[in-house]
Amino acid sequence: MKPFTYERARTPAEAAASAAQVRGARFIAGGTNLLDLMKLEVETPTHLIDVNGLDLDQITETPEGGVRIGSLVRNTDLAADARIRRDYAVLSRAILAGASGQIRNRATTAGNLLQRTRCPYFYDTNMPCNKRAPGSGCSAIGGVTRQLAVIGASDACIATHPSDMAVAMRLLDAQIETVRPDSTRRVIPIADFYRQPGNTPEIDHTLEAGELITSVTLPPPIGGVHRYRKVRDRASFAFALVAVGAVVQRDGSGRIALGGVAPHPWRVEAAEAELPRGFAPAAERLLAGAKPTADNAFKLTLAARTLSAVLTESRA
Amino acid sequence: MENSLSIKITRRNLLKAGAVSATAVAAPSVTCAQQAAQGAMQPMAATVTLRVNGAARELSLDMRTTLLDALRENLQLTGTKKGCDHGQCGACTVLLDGRRVNACLTLAVMHDGAEITTIEGLGTPTALHPLQAAFIKHDGYQCGYCTPGQICSAAAMLEEIEQGVPSHVSASLTDRPQLGVDEIRERMSGNICRCGAYSNILDAIMDVAAGKAGGKA
Repeated sequence: MKPFTYERARTPAEAAASAAQVRGARFIAGGTNLLDLMKLEVETPTHLIDVNGLDLDQITETPEGGVRIGSLVRNTDLAADARIRRDYAVLSRAILAGASGQIRNRATTAGNLLQRTRCPYFYDTNMPCNKRAPGSGCSAIGGVTRQLAVIGASDACIATHPSDMAVAMRLLDAQIETVRPDSTRRVIPIADFYRQPGNTPEIDHTLEAGELITSVTLPPPIGGVHRYRKVRDRASFAFALVAVGAVVQRDGSGRIALGGVAPHPWRVEAAEAELPRGFAPAAERLLAGAKPTADNAFKLTLAARTLSAVLTESRA
Repeated sequence: MENSLSIKITRRNLLKAGAVSATAVAAPSVTCAQQAAQGAMQPMAATVTLRVNGAARELSLDMRTTLLDALRENLQLTGTKKGCDHGQCGACTVLLDGRRVNACLTLAVMHDGAEITTIEGLGTPTALHPLQAAFIKHDGYQCGYCTPGQICSAAAMLEEIEQGVPSHVSASLTDRPQLGVDEIRERMSGNICRCGAYSNILDAIMDVAAGKAGGKA
């Protein structure tokens, strides 16, 4: 691990200001992803700003009837919160489908959103990777691609976003609240939070340098039947080959999103408009434009079948 | 003379000597952003006080030291094991302020004042923790390397069930989770046993869980 300096932030604004001052600074909260990558020297921060002491670990109700989730709320606590279990069950289910008990105890809401891809070439510092070393090339294209993206990728990067929680957040129209280095605050709808990889896959999201996530808000509950189904190579503690999140209403309308197939949670609102006509037109629209490789084309069939199973189950 | 000298240099002492000489040249204390800005990236030293198994332990260590390495190398609490060092195997599981975590995936410096419980703090050879006794009774290991992590993890996992924390396999999110083999298998998936002693580990945990639920003394 490369040497770094360290400070404990006292306020969110101070943390953001400090992060903007120091080139190569990073926030650290749970650290479960960052430290793993620092050991491999995939991440080489020069300065760590420990945000664990900030007062951002509460879940509260918003005046609109939704919930505000502090960025430091641990994954275990978010999944176990009575309001989340009752009104936003797809979020609890998605979180519980990810990682292990030990990791969920440390991992935070903001850190989960910000975790890096698990593309094996991103992790291997001996191999070119545009996300890790911009401009070096993509080893995954033409390489081993079974786990990688089938839709929404680019000619520079075919990595997937690994988060289950983010799929549910996308489904629930979460809003990401931040503070910037100049102390101004802003709200980013999750639909605008993740970037298309394009020619700059090294930039995962639309946060500015030093910008700190302070909370994630959910609009008032939308009712319906909530489902999250994750298909993976083993029954637990593995990343998704395909995951389907769904909130289905009694009249057949609903929301659907996929994990494990794209550089970010994959939701296409136009596909949801097809839902009352049945799963097949919705699946077709959701996966339109997919560009799988020979090794991961199975994900398209798997996604359509998993979606079909989830919708059938939701309407039972 | 030569023989007695070489005997004294055990592998562990050699590693410790190396660690000391590496930190001896480090800068004196917790640092600020300006030093990073200057780009002088020497190893940095830090002081941190951990409460380990009930006792306050003040440590001076390289900033990069994980909680796992602080326990093993600085405090010689080698019951906590280093398996993968990447949070995948669970051999390093300890209790941090009562909750199970991978000690390899967090820095010691982040836990000033925190309460840490390791396998050495759960039970002793003369006063075994019920899970330690159950692992012996059910032969819940072969090589034993994953065992301290399995036991720390299981102790916290049973607490989580008691607190009503749901899991991936819980049929209902709103009812209390039920104790059962599927629940325990899922909740213990962060602890790998490469000898494959899983069925006996499961028996040991179920035995203790049944006792906790009021079945046995």
